[in-house]
Amino acid sequence: MATTKGDERLRMSRRSFLKGMGVGAATSTALATGLVKPRAGKAAVPPLVEGLSYVPVELKINGRRYALTIEARRTLADVLRTELNLTGTKIGCDRAECGACTVIVDGRAMYGCSLLAVNVQGREIETIEGLAKNGRLHPLQEAFIEYDAYQCGFCTPGQILAGKAFLDKKKSPTLAEVKQALSGNICRCGAYHHIFEAVLAAAKKL
Amino acid sequence: MQSFTWINAKSIEEVKGALAKHGKKARIFAGGGDLTTLMKERIDTPEFVVNIGDVKDIHYIREEKDGLHIGAMTILADLAEHEAVLGRYTALAEAAGAVASPQLRNMGSIGGNLCQRPRCWYYRGAFHCYKKGGDFCFAVTGDNRYYHSILKGELCYMVHPSDTAVALLALDARITIAGPQKEKTVKAEDFFIGPRQDVLRENILQPAELITEIVVPTPPANTRSTFLKTRIRGSWDFALASVAVRCTAKNGVCQAARLALGGVAPVPLRVERAERALAGKKITRELSQQAAQLATAGARPMTMNRYKVDLTRSLVEKALLAVA
Repeated sequence: MATTKGDERLRMSRRSFLKGMGVGAATSTALATGLVKPRAGKAAVPPLVEGLSYVPVELKINGRRYALTIEARRTLADVLRTELNLTGTKIGCDRAECGACTVIVDGRAMYGCSLLAVNVQGREIETIEGLAKNGRLHPLQEAFIEYDAYQCGFCTPGQILAGKAFLDKKKSPTLAEVKQALSGNICRCGAYHHIFEAVLAAAKKL
Repeated sequence: MQSFTWINAKSIEEVKGALAKHGKKARIFAGGGDLTTLMKERIDTPEFVVNIGDVKDIHYIREEKDGLHIGAMTILADLAEHEAVLGRYTALAEAAGAVASPQLRNMGSIGGNLCQRPRCWYYRGAFHCYKKGGDFCFAVTGDNRYYHSILKGELCYMVHPSDTAVALLALDARITIAGPQKEKTVKAEDFFIGPRQDVLRENILQPAELITEIVVPTPPANTRSTFLKTRIRGSWDFALASVAVRCTAKNGVCQAARLALGGVAPVPLRVERAERALAGKKITRELSQQAAQLATAGARPMTMNRYKVDLTRSLVEKALLAVA
């Protein structure tokens, strides 16, 4: 159901390949990867169940506009992952407790799992996919690699975005301030020490 | 999450209209932090969700002659960092800064924070308790170590989860409510109601009403306030116990004090007995200990939360010594 304005080439990702393996999922794969382009803002697929509340939604993510028709009840994290294939945003607890779904909305870190997609229209949304510019990683991403600031990596996009929203506003923070800024993000591997070091190191480069 | 119709209101009139039309089937969506979770868990299944985030005239923090005016949709992070709030209404800035995590403070509004539903894990879990129309409080015989009351519990033994409410009580704030009738203003302490009054809700709001503004009166000269909170997890969590105190003092002698507790009762609790004990006296360690005893007098801890009595006392003592 999703489409992007502009010229986006279809690329086969691991995820869309896996999704394509199921015959029933073939249509949704084509829609999600941009093969089929419904007109922006129009309900391309009528609701399958009577009474469901479908709404046209236009989102601005990483500087690119996306138009889609979704149910009002769908969260931003869910829409990013399943409609737009922006799977860098992770869903951990899905109840505003772990921070894996952290995205930046109008410059502030927020939990994507607890925002409704319909409610973030017209706002600037940044996800982990938008951080690298012209093939170059963001200094925070480089610092995470340099300082080995993860083990399994599941919380990493959320940690980096919480760190980015913080460093965009705060120059030369202290360790205590970094800890406070990242307190809404849980790392079950316990890589906190390295994460804080990475954010402090990136702060010096920004 | 059950499907619902999204109503994006642009003005208070539109909000009131939608609430009047759909009544109990509608819920207000402010920051969404609590409501989305309640809907995901199907604890709440509204058919209409009325968004007030785009209502322009309820996002503000203004310091006027009579005090601080806060629009209901003001974001907690803004409140926590606002210079005037930090300076003259310190307890409120500290309480707003102690709410949840940075992300949730970026999403959550002051109005929404005051209207949160309980954090009792039986209420949040698959238990048909008093709050859901049942006839039992599972916390009484179950695990009541964190989010259950030591004071004023009856029928339902929840504790009110709002941090900012505790600060607003200590700061003598007023809450403005809009609805089908004429706009009304109530004292913060009269806004919250205990289970005996109505076990199905935590405040006086009727289905067609909403908070539009909070007004905190300008504190008298020589007044300081603070908010302290203990939680099970240092990084972020709901309060095991919290205290807000506002004290007007001259040469260390307390002229007037207001004291409120959080995390210990079904409502944010003002403790006037302790306030009276402080008036006209020099605040010393002994006096603050006496006030702490009075603040928790009559406590009836549950099977697993006796520790909260001591915890609350030590917080009261610490807070009083901090503002003296």
